[in-house]
Amino acid sequence: MTDFQQSALQLANKQQAATWLQPLREQGAANWSAASWPGRKTEAWKYISLAPLQQQSNLRWGTDADDSAVDSVEQVELDATCLVFVNGRFNAARSSALPAGVVRFSDANAEQQPLIQQHLGKVVDSERHLFAALSNAWVEDGILVYVPRNKKLDKPLYILNVATPEAESAVASQRLLVVLEEGSEAEVIEHFASDAREQNGFVNSLTEVVIGANARLQHYRINLEEENLLHVGGVHVDLHRDARFHGFTLAQGSRLKRIDYQLNMRGEGAHMELNGVYLPRNKQVIDYHTNVEHCVPNCTSNEVFRGIIGDSAKAVFNGRIHIHPKAQKTLAELSNKNLLTSRTAEINTKPELEIYADDVRCAHGATISQLDETSLYYLQSRGISAADATTMLSFGFINELLNQVPEQAIQDYLRPRLSSLFGQASERVGHLTYE
Amino acid sequence: MLNISDLYGKVEEKDILKGLSIDVKPGEVHAIMGPNGSGKSTLGNILSGRPGYEATAGSVTFKGQDLLEMGTEERAREGLFLAFQYPVEIPGVSNMEFLKAAVDAKRKHHAQSDLSSVDFLKLARETCKRVDLDASFLKRGVNEGFSGGEKKRNEIMQMMLLEPDLCILDETDSGLDIDALQIVANGVNAMRDGNRSFLVVTHYQRLLDYIIPDYVHVLAGGRIVKSGDKSLALELEAKGYGWLENEVA
Repeated sequence: MTDFQQSALQLANKQQAATWLQPLREQGAANWSAASWPGRKTEAWKYISLAPLQQQSNLRWGTDADDSAVDSVEQVELDATCLVFVNGRFNAARSSALPAGVVRFSDANAEQQPLIQQHLGKVVDSERHLFAALSNAWVEDGILVYVPRNKKLDKPLYILNVATPEAESAVASQRLLVVLEEGSEAEVIEHFASDAREQNGFVNSLTEVVIGANARLQHYRINLEEENLLHVGGVHVDLHRDARFHGFTLAQGSRLKRIDYQLNMRGEGAHMELNGVYLPRNKQVIDYHTNVEHCVPNCTSNEVFRGIIGDSAKAVFNGRIHIHPKAQKTLAELSNKNLLTSRTAEINTKPELEIYADDVRCAHGATISQLDETSLYYLQSRGISAADATTMLSFGFINELLNQVPEQAIQDYLRPRLSSLFGQASERVGHLTYE
Repeated sequence: MLNISDLYGKVEEKDILKGLSIDVKPGEVHAIMGPNGSGKSTLGNILSGRPGYEATAGSVTFKGQDLLEMGTEERAREGLFLAFQYPVEIPGVSNMEFLKAAVDAKRKHHAQSDLSSVDFLKLARETCKRVDLDASFLKRGVNEGFSGGEKKRNEIMQMMLLEPDLCILDETDSGLDIDALQIVANGVNAMRDGNRSFLVVTHYQRLLDYIIPDYVHVLAGGRIVKSGDKSLALELEAKGYGWLENEVA
């Protein structure tokens, strides 16, 4: 075990978790201890270094003693149930009342505990996902979203996770479990934010989702964090027969951000769509790994990821599609396009297809390019300055995906914030309305 | 308005224009016709300042200024407009944002204040109507998924919004059906006001049935080999370009 593994494990001893969570914690601790620390030859971590994490010594739990940072975080304006976490700790004062079906693990009753035990740590494969093992070892609290058969969560659930400036090595662990019974529906928005001050913390966040037959989840994971935060997270989803998962994810900020999406197509007729945008700049590092397991026939998956990498930033996109021998008539698509806006920016993109069935349709592609010169010329030939044209084209590259975001409030929230990343001409883009 | 004198130009090390001269006075419509490969599109691209298209000798004066010394966007702001032969599709950038940015850039250049979004939208909608484009096109990405005719009408709409002094139409008629051609021609004719000048580059005489030129020039081998009035276009239509090329040779 490395020093970091050791000291992360010791943190678990400082928690006071309920006994019914102990088996998962112990299993997590065992997986974490047994794992060999990733190095350059570890395929899943090949392009990024975990050194910034290892340099964190004297790990300690972040606190929510000062929650004033929440005030400076602008929230998405929508009619939703809002849950606020500060450094991984639930902040009741700033949260809405929990609706039926939404409960903290620590408040789970005798009926809910078995439900959590049944699914928590079971959707994710913690032997393959190092930080999921750590998250299991650290399970103390979290949120369960349970929607019974043929019901719909009344309002979207908006979970705001705020990291505040603390002394170095402050740790936050976040956990979400969504269980949708047959025919049910929910919309869940996870928003990770930090205020503008220097961050040195480490956030480990894990979301597990079980979508029952014919149920549907609209899920957002928005990571708009400041420069120095370290963030490792995952969204792991089981889709049963005719289930639907519609996801959107966005990442900006952090000197090390790694997000895994694991979609397990377990029931026939299941369908998933995932759009993602990453915008690292300065010296940020953002790594998305997606993995779609097509285990059964007649499922469809469609992933579109786009990145703009600037300055000396680095991005990784690894999109794997695994079509099992039984999964005939699978339709799987994956597209990853990247725009590099500086000579020192770096992208490592790798689509991976493993197909063991013979009657499937699978398309994948990855591109890396600079801005299209003809488009630039076209804009300039209409009097638009080179700087404005560059801004418009860069923003347009990701705006195509923003336009597809079903929740208008999220479009309205993200558009001006993202356009402002593209330079001073940002007032040019994203603000015009038509009505 | 525009004086081109003994212009030589190249594209990617290939000499295309070889001593081209034209003088366009305010309010005049000049048609430039010529076979494929004669340098028609190169002329438009050099005049608008497309990267990769380089004038190697000669001079171009636009409204008394040295056009070749001006940047691409500066030419546009000063009132030069090129309607593209192949308008570019830019998904993700809405037509509306694009048009407003263009109009704002020109107004700023001429020390006028920006139009408010409301005023601009009103103007844009009216202009759409003039070229028979549905206002919903404003919301869509620039030329994204537009048909050939819609793209060309979008070019004319931009021209109307920007109110240039010199309009260069680069084979705007190519690939258009007659109805679309009429809409485009009506748009152009509506903009003829006695001061605005037009350089209409075309391969086909048909366009000139709708936009009546004051002068017709034949471009072959990178220079003007014959000039005349509109009857020259009809002569070309009847005889083809072959006889001129022979004459030059």
